[in-house]
Amino acid sequence: MQNKSLSFWLFLTPVILGLGVVVVIPFLYGFIYSFTNWDGLTATKFLGLQNYIELFQEEEFMTSIWFTVKFAVVSVILLNVFGLGLALIVTRQIKSNNLLRTVFFMPNLIGGLILGFIWQFIFVSVFGDVGNLLGIEGLTGWLSTAETGFWGLVILTAWQMAGYIMIIYIAYLENIPKDLIEAAKIDGANGLQRFKNITFPLVAPAFTISMFLTLSMAFKIYDQNLSLTNGGPANKTQMVAMEIVRTAFTENEMAYAQAKAVIFFLIVAVVALTQVYYNKKREVEM
Amino acid sequence: MKMNAEKRNKLSLEVIGLLLGLIWLAPFYLMIVNAFKTKRQIFSGVLGLPESFIFDNFVQAFIDLEFLKSLFNSVLITGLSVAVIILFSSMAGYALARNKSKLSGIIFFVFVAAMLIPFQSVMIPLVSIFGQAEMLNAGGLVFMYLGFGCSLSIFLYHGAMTGVSKSMDEAAIIDGANRFQLFWYIIFPLLKPISVTVGILNTIWIWNDYLLPSLVLSESNATIPLKMFYFFGQYTKQWHLALAGLTIAILPVIIGYFFAQKQIINGVSEGAVK
Repeated sequence: MQNKSLSFWLFLTPVILGLGVVVVIPFLYGFIYSFTNWDGLTATKFLGLQNYIELFQEEEFMTSIWFTVKFAVVSVILLNVFGLGLALIVTRQIKSNNLLRTVFFMPNLIGGLILGFIWQFIFVSVFGDVGNLLGIEGLTGWLSTAETGFWGLVILTAWQMAGYIMIIYIAYLENIPKDLIEAAKIDGANGLQRFKNITFPLVAPAFTISMFLTLSMAFKIYDQNLSLTNGGPANKTQMVAMEIVRTAFTENEMAYAQAKAVIFFLIVAVVALTQVYYNKKREVEM
Repeated sequence: MKMNAEKRNKLSLEVIGLLLGLIWLAPFYLMIVNAFKTKRQIFSGVLGLPESFIFDNFVQAFIDLEFLKSLFNSVLITGLSVAVIILFSSMAGYALARNKSKLSGIIFFVFVAAMLIPFQSVMIPLVSIFGQAEMLNAGGLVFMYLGFGCSLSIFLYHGAMTGVSKSMDEAAIIDGANRFQLFWYIIFPLLKPISVTVGILNTIWIWNDYLLPSLVLSESNATIPLKMFYFFGQYTKQWHLALAGLTIAILPVIIGYFFAQKQIINGVSEGAVK
């Protein structure tokens, strides 16, 4: 198929139109309007960097960025620990192998919005009940403080997505040649040594993938945030994605919200690109 | 002795695994048992089984969720979007893989790079543009899903095309087939495994998506997540009804998972690892 061939372009037209109208044009359009006083329909004034200067001085926005970064770091670590841990359990030829995979993966199929509502019940009612029953004060009043809201979101995310990360690790773990492990056993390597020297290096590419996935998932989470804490109390558990939606559709400050959205894009893009770069480099060195 | 230690290890692993499995299922258990209770029964204890299994909560939730209507809307929107994504992305993946020119490479790169853009970064202008074009409806939504979903799908199809020999094309062309016949009758069937993956990944995403439909659809043609959000707002503090609604909303997914768990897990694995 050549560039000039009509069929080449006909095959591409639907997706070029789709990506163009839905992603590329709004992206560029939004970038330009973030420097104006755009209200969603018209812009009458060019403001230069004013929106951007303002957003860096806005406490609520900066709190949401800080909250999102904290959340992303903690959940990326937990997700990878849980994901790898679960994968190690279900790749050991135990009887409940397939059943457990099915169970661990299940929460991924259900929307974050619904899961957030279910966990709201668990954190508020179940935790409260158990706390009162056993006299553990730390279990009562969950989601009513920024701290418990944070850990609530972390727990929900870890529970929901660990099975997904597990699947990725399984794909790599099952590709490790069995005789390699057997040979190491015969040579007298213990379980820890085998994990450190054989399993770990061979699943390294899985780290690249799952770190990338978990990090970008963690940064973009919205549904769980909305249904579990709704950003509360006092907007202290509000992540960037939600902050942008609120600024745009509750406060109706479209241009200002778009400036935040541009910053959000830059953060996500820089994180993703750095990570891919470093992981690729490390893999080659190993 | 050595065998015994290994057996013991395996057994303890089995036990740990099952315990973790139970913890993983606990939220669903709590949701279901409390959906059968009355408001007062929940108040007096959330852990135990209900005294009797009465379906009153489910009946009311079913009615208030307008469940059949919401289910229909969800099936329609997800089904149409996924069909459109599969058809157009496979065509594009094929065209881009068969054209080795620089321009083709650049187009492919643009699609892949677009995956970096988070939804929130285009959401506001998108709603504005579609609003002005009076396209904030189900049709507009399907088109938006094509735009958001085609990048990853093209990427997957492009990768799968390396396994489809070029001699297929040549033979078909010699036999007098045009490009569309060639694609539809020969290439597309060969891409079936990756189409299953693409279909599964996009179905999971679109079925569960909340934010985009909430900006595009009116309440009268709400999908399940959207309706669930309104429903939940209506029943805050009435957990017996809210939980019954949540159970109903999850049911179609669990049924689907029950029948296609192997394909789903394989599909997700392939989509992530490639």
